[in-house]
Amino acid sequence: MSPSATPTGSTPETTTPRFGKHLLSLRDLSADTITALLNTADGFLEIGTRTVKKVPALRGKTVVNLFFEPSTRTRTSFELAAKRLSADVLNITVAASSVVKGETLTDTARTIEAMNTDTVVIRHAAAGAPQLLAETLNSHVINAGDGAHEHPTQGLLDLFTIRRAKGRIEGLNVVIVGDITHSRVARSGLIGLTKLGAHVRLVAPPTMIPSGIEKLSEGPGDVTVGYDLDAALKGADVIMPLRLQLERQGAPLFPGKREYATLYGINRERMAAAAEGAIVMHPGPINRGVEIAHDVADSDQSTILSQVTHGVAVRMAVLYHYSAGQGAAA
Amino acid sequence: MTTLRIIGGHLVDPAAGVDAPKDLLIEDGRVTQVAEPGALPALNHAETIDATGCHVLPGLIDTHAHLREPGQEHKETVAGAGRQAAMGGITHLFSMPNTDPVCDSVAVCEHITTLAARAGTVRVLPVGALTRNMENKVLSEMGELARSGVPALADAWTPIESSQMFRRALEYAKGVGLPVITVPQDLGLSADGVMHEGAVSTRLGLPGIPAASEEISVSRAIALAELTGCPLHVAPITTAGSVRMVRNARNRGVTVSAGTAPHYLHLTDEAVEGYPTACKVYPPLRPRADVEALRAALADGTVSVLSSCHAPHADYEKAVEFNQAPFGMAALSTALSLTLALVKEGVLPLSDAVTRWTAGPRQVFDLSCGTLAVGAVADFTLVDLAADWQVTHDAVGGRTHGTPWLHQTLSGRVIRTALGGTTVYPHPTDASTYKGAA
Repeated sequence: MSPSATPTGSTPETTTPRFGKHLLSLRDLSADTITALLNTADGFLEIGTRTVKKVPALRGKTVVNLFFEPSTRTRTSFELAAKRLSADVLNITVAASSVVKGETLTDTARTIEAMNTDTVVIRHAAAGAPQLLAETLNSHVINAGDGAHEHPTQGLLDLFTIRRAKGRIEGLNVVIVGDITHSRVARSGLIGLTKLGAHVRLVAPPTMIPSGIEKLSEGPGDVTVGYDLDAALKGADVIMPLRLQLERQGAPLFPGKREYATLYGINRERMAAAAEGAIVMHPGPINRGVEIAHDVADSDQSTILSQVTHGVAVRMAVLYHYSAGQGAAA
Repeated sequence: MTTLRIIGGHLVDPAAGVDAPKDLLIEDGRVTQVAEPGALPALNHAETIDATGCHVLPGLIDTHAHLREPGQEHKETVAGAGRQAAMGGITHLFSMPNTDPVCDSVAVCEHITTLAARAGTVRVLPVGALTRNMENKVLSEMGELARSGVPALADAWTPIESSQMFRRALEYAKGVGLPVITVPQDLGLSADGVMHEGAVSTRLGLPGIPAASEEISVSRAIALAELTGCPLHVAPITTAGSVRMVRNARNRGVTVSAGTAPHYLHLTDEAVEGYPTACKVYPPLRPRADVEALRAALADGTVSVLSSCHAPHADYEKAVEFNQAPFGMAALSTALSLTLALVKEGVLPLSDAVTRWTAGPRQVFDLSCGTLAVGAVADFTLVDLAADWQVTHDAVGGRTHGTPWLHQTLSGRVIRTALGGTTVYPHPTDASTYKGAA
């Protein structure tokens, strides 16, 4: 069996960035390519502060946001990013799954591509759906979150936020706490962080830690798994609680939100154990008082809102590299 | 009276204890002489097949295939499966009962055997359902099914969750003299899983099925076989834990046997990388350590039966998101070559590999086929172990998402398959596929 091309392992220090045609997974990107994307985003960040928030980089290109899951944050972020680059944007939200709707994913996508689109941004509840699309379409495909697989642009914007706040990624201690099993944010974060040399500490009850998660680490960083949040917070530079999906409450994963907040909620007392100047991140939307306490969410340590601002710049960088053609901005 | 001589070949007939160059004489569809090379008289009226360079095997018995007919002809038909089976040297197919209507009555059994007889490419032995309509509430009319000649009863794809119900089914089956085939699966643990649970499923973000789902079920099956004394065939098994339990039970004399399929002996869960839906099968593909344990179990006879586990679907059903695709691959035409690949890798000798497809199922299911001894029906296949072939769309029923081996080159080429001495592959009306040496 020859599995599809999946570059893994560490990349030599001085490679030129290789973006590939699609952005499906951070696993496919070398540390240098990730850094190049972050550098491009640095340049785009300033555009959002201008009076005229628009550059002509993608004029004449058509970007389709194809969302099979409800999303406000990610979709609007992509939409704004595309518009600030002067692309034409089409938003398609398919409420029902393709099965219910009676049309397959590939048929839907082919139909849209027949309108001569350049880039398709897809959000889908099924892991691997962006890959299926990439195999079907001529357009560039950008993964905006697929099941519990990956959310590469979220991973990039988290890296971007950390880099801007701390000046580096390498050597930082990053705590990710929450339902790792069902989190694509945790997976993309873990991959990106370890590629850039961070030490990642995953914390959750064992019911929320998937088998073999530590093998996702690609180095030079590393991953440890633990169940004790207070132990993990000692000396932490970055703390990233994941959104607790309250609908899973009472299912075998955890007893309820009260106990969860007691064991795994980020609050001010707990933060005392973290390193000087530690930041708290959250992919949003937050459950106040559950995974993150009110006062922490609104503190100076919180980067929750700047993550949103950064998200637009990072997605501009991604759209730029994955719409204008390979290496266009390298 | 038609007469056929097969000369110059190497006969491997484990049930008869033969693994040597032999010439065969076939008269009126039955083997009448197994002679030393060159010892058969030259008969003017006889057709002669020169099998020089080939191995002559009893036609393979495939004890686990989903033929989908009646009811799901868009996935597969008896005729289509028969054609793929003949290409793979298989002459006998056990058809699993999860058709629509379910094969829980003599009427449905006879319908399937009629379809098979009409197609004429393979002998189909319908396996009866353990319970009526596979609803696991009322026992099927096992006695009637036994009289109509079903070789076994099975629970394929709808495990009987109540251990009491399963126990009664085994007891009753024992009374009518039928062995039971069970596909091990604990539904609570397999839940919404779509592949093996482990580092690969975590990486791919796909819900996993832990090995324990299979192993709990194997454990229960062994306990109930022991309780009831019913011959129980657990298949396919795929994990090291299942292997350990079956080996232990067989050593203690429990009436349990086990089978698996060639793809579980070659592919690991890493094959799911890239989300190819052809690799979505139940039980799921397992990690390397399980594959190694399974290979050892095949070699030492703990796994005494190989089957294709042919579970085909229409291409459009497989060309979807991985977690929405149905489980199963098209496996009839590739099963023998994949088995021979194990011989090449030194996993087990050729005669043992052939045993798993002939004498093994013959013994487990008390069948008369699976041998070419004098008096046996001349269902045979000629294989050129040294010749390669490419897996074409045609070999997997025209499917693109049917097999992970599409377009790949496998060795061990079927040169001819015959039922009762009559060639069914290469298909008589399809000479274009026949470029063999025989």
